Amino acid sequence: MKKLNTLSLAIVLASGLIATSAQAAEELRLLTWGGYAPKEVIDLFEKETGIIVKVTKSNNEEMISKLKATRGAGFDLAQPSQDRVASAQKAFKIYKPMDLSKINDSQFIASMLAATKGQSTVDGEVYAVPHVWGSSGLIVNRATSADITDYTDLCKPAYAGKVTYRLKRPTLIAFAFAMGEDPFAAYSDVEKYTQIMEKVGAKLTECKANVKAYWSGGDALLSLMRSGETTAAMAWDAGGWKLNRDNADITFVAPKSGALGWIDTFVLPRKTKNEEGAYKWINFVMRPDIAAKITAAAGNFTASKGSDDFVDAKAKAQYQESFSAKDIDNIKWYPPVPAGLEKIEGKILDRVKAS
Amino acid sequence: MSSLRTTSTFKLGMWLLLAPLCLWLVLLIILPHLELLVFSFTDPEKDSFTFGFYQEFFLEPLYWRTFVRTAVMSIMATILTLLIAFPVAFYIAKMLKGRSKGIVFAMCLIPFWVSELVRTFGWMILLRESGVISNFLQWSGLSDGPVELLYTDATIMLGLVYTSMLFMVVPLVSTLDSLDDSYIEAGYDLGGTNWNVLREIVIPHAVPGIVSGCIIVFMLSLGNYLTPVLLGGKDSLWFTEQIYTQFITRFNWEQGSAFGLLLLLLSSLIVWAGLKISGQSFAKTMG
Repeated sequence: MKKLNTLSLAIVLASGLIATSAQAAEELRLLTWGGYAPKEVIDLFEKETGIIVKVTKSNNEEMISKLKATRGAGFDLAQPSQDRVASAQKAFKIYKPMDLSKINDSQFIASMLAATKGQSTVDGEVYAVPHVWGSSGLIVNRATSADITDYTDLCKPAYAGKVTYRLKRPTLIAFAFAMGEDPFAAYSDVEKYTQIMEKVGAKLTECKANVKAYWSGGDALLSLMRSGETTAAMAWDAGGWKLNRDNADITFVAPKSGALGWIDTFVLPRKTKNEEGAYKWINFVMRPDIAAKITAAAGNFTASKGSDDFVDAKAKAQYQESFSAKDIDNIKWYPPVPAGLEKIEGKILDRVKAS
Repeated sequence: MSSLRTTSTFKLGMWLLLAPLCLWLVLLIILPHLELLVFSFTDPEKDSFTFGFYQEFFLEPLYWRTFVRTAVMSIMATILTLLIAFPVAFYIAKMLKGRSKGIVFAMCLIPFWVSELVRTFGWMILLRESGVISNFLQWSGLSDGPVELLYTDATIMLGLVYTSMLFMVVPLVSTLDSLDDSYIEAGYDLGGTNWNVLREIVIPHAVPGIVSGCIIVFMLSLGNYLTPVLLGGKDSLWFTEQIYTQFITRFNWEQGSAFGLLLLLLSSLIVWAGLKISGQSFAKTMG
């Protein structure tokens, strides 16, 4: 009996120790995209600040849904795209304004920081600062499909069963641009936007025979392109450059009607428990040398000033091959999405899938 | 006096023992469903009562057609699973003895030690155009070009049957185990053929196992998300996928809740109809 008592006492003591040690270590719960918080960077950050970073990988819609479900709790720092900050804040009130005095703004590319601040301002408060930027466009196997230069070329009969894209809103927007429309200008005009989307829906339905499969995760896309099962795709630039490292024929091509540009940002969830830690992380990852490590892991460039000097030469060469100066000017940057557009787009996407 | 005290302490003890179960039921099952119910009847813009989200299901052909397609494919998957699992279960329960019985049963179990996602990716590696089977067919000369076996409804069916096989085999083995061999012998002694014995003795005895297996497999297939999404092609639509999109990509929780409750209601209705047709009662099959 006595033995048992000492044993249970030991267990109680041990569990108490574990509990206190867990409290002592500061934690930063990060809701982000794959590749934005590589292990190397997390380890360096922990060594410098003692803060342990817990990463949850996600995407725009899931980030907003998760924060909506908990009314902004459960994470200390999140990374939705710039166009999803102001609308989600207006509709669901899930973010907390940034204290810009805590952020070292000399580390940011000034024009990008200004643009993100401007687009994420709600009622005079700034909610986001930029982190990683990139674009969607075409990934083309130049050995077989060199004549694909715009989104609508994916529907050429010669490529029946050889192309892949996502069935999501970027595809609708991209095809709208390629068909000569300007969906961004119609964002505030529900009737006009619906009209454009219906036209795009008809085109995508017609194009369906060409599609091998609608990809949904990055890995599915990479294996479709790598195996040669598909020869052209609409996808992210980083995916194209990743494939380019294994097969020089495949690369990212900026489409004639313009690549779609996005900026992923830093925002504070409304019930963040470690705001100080979040600012420390932002200032840490925006250092040029650390930002270059993130570029290496994610494949995309960051808004950190001077990090280009640390990025490896291959990545820079790939970028220059995909984008001429004219292509960069032609990038269509996503403006903030007004609430309610998802419903219009959703119906069109459902119909395309069901046709 | 003393008897009163024992019953009251017994009652308290019983309630304490039941407390975790009750908490579980109320907090994790009943409350969320009530919240879904409230969501599905609320118009978020005007904050008022509405039937609109249920109307949407019946008025937009896409949604109810997706549901019908999901239900029909799940029923087909259930029947196929039963047809494949029955001989397997019979073999395990009646033909094998001792150690070999345990080994074969374990072989049925082992694939389920890996997660469903991994198993589904396994099928993708086998079936894709540049995959194992396609390469083998080309190597052996049975086909002159790459064969695409992925992204069809048949692939979804294959995936569904594979994932739910175990849930049919286990209840079947346990009911067949309880069938005394002497009945089967008696059947043959009285001049019955294989078919007679199967139809008059084995199947009637196994009915509770068949029905409970079918209910589990049907519900698992209907509620499956991974298999149809990963193995299905560009035309594949699955009702759970619709619920997921409404909740996650459209931020339309109200519509998603309505769909979720409709799925619960309609699938319960199908199970109830199945029980009526087969002349079984729920209590008997589960008991």
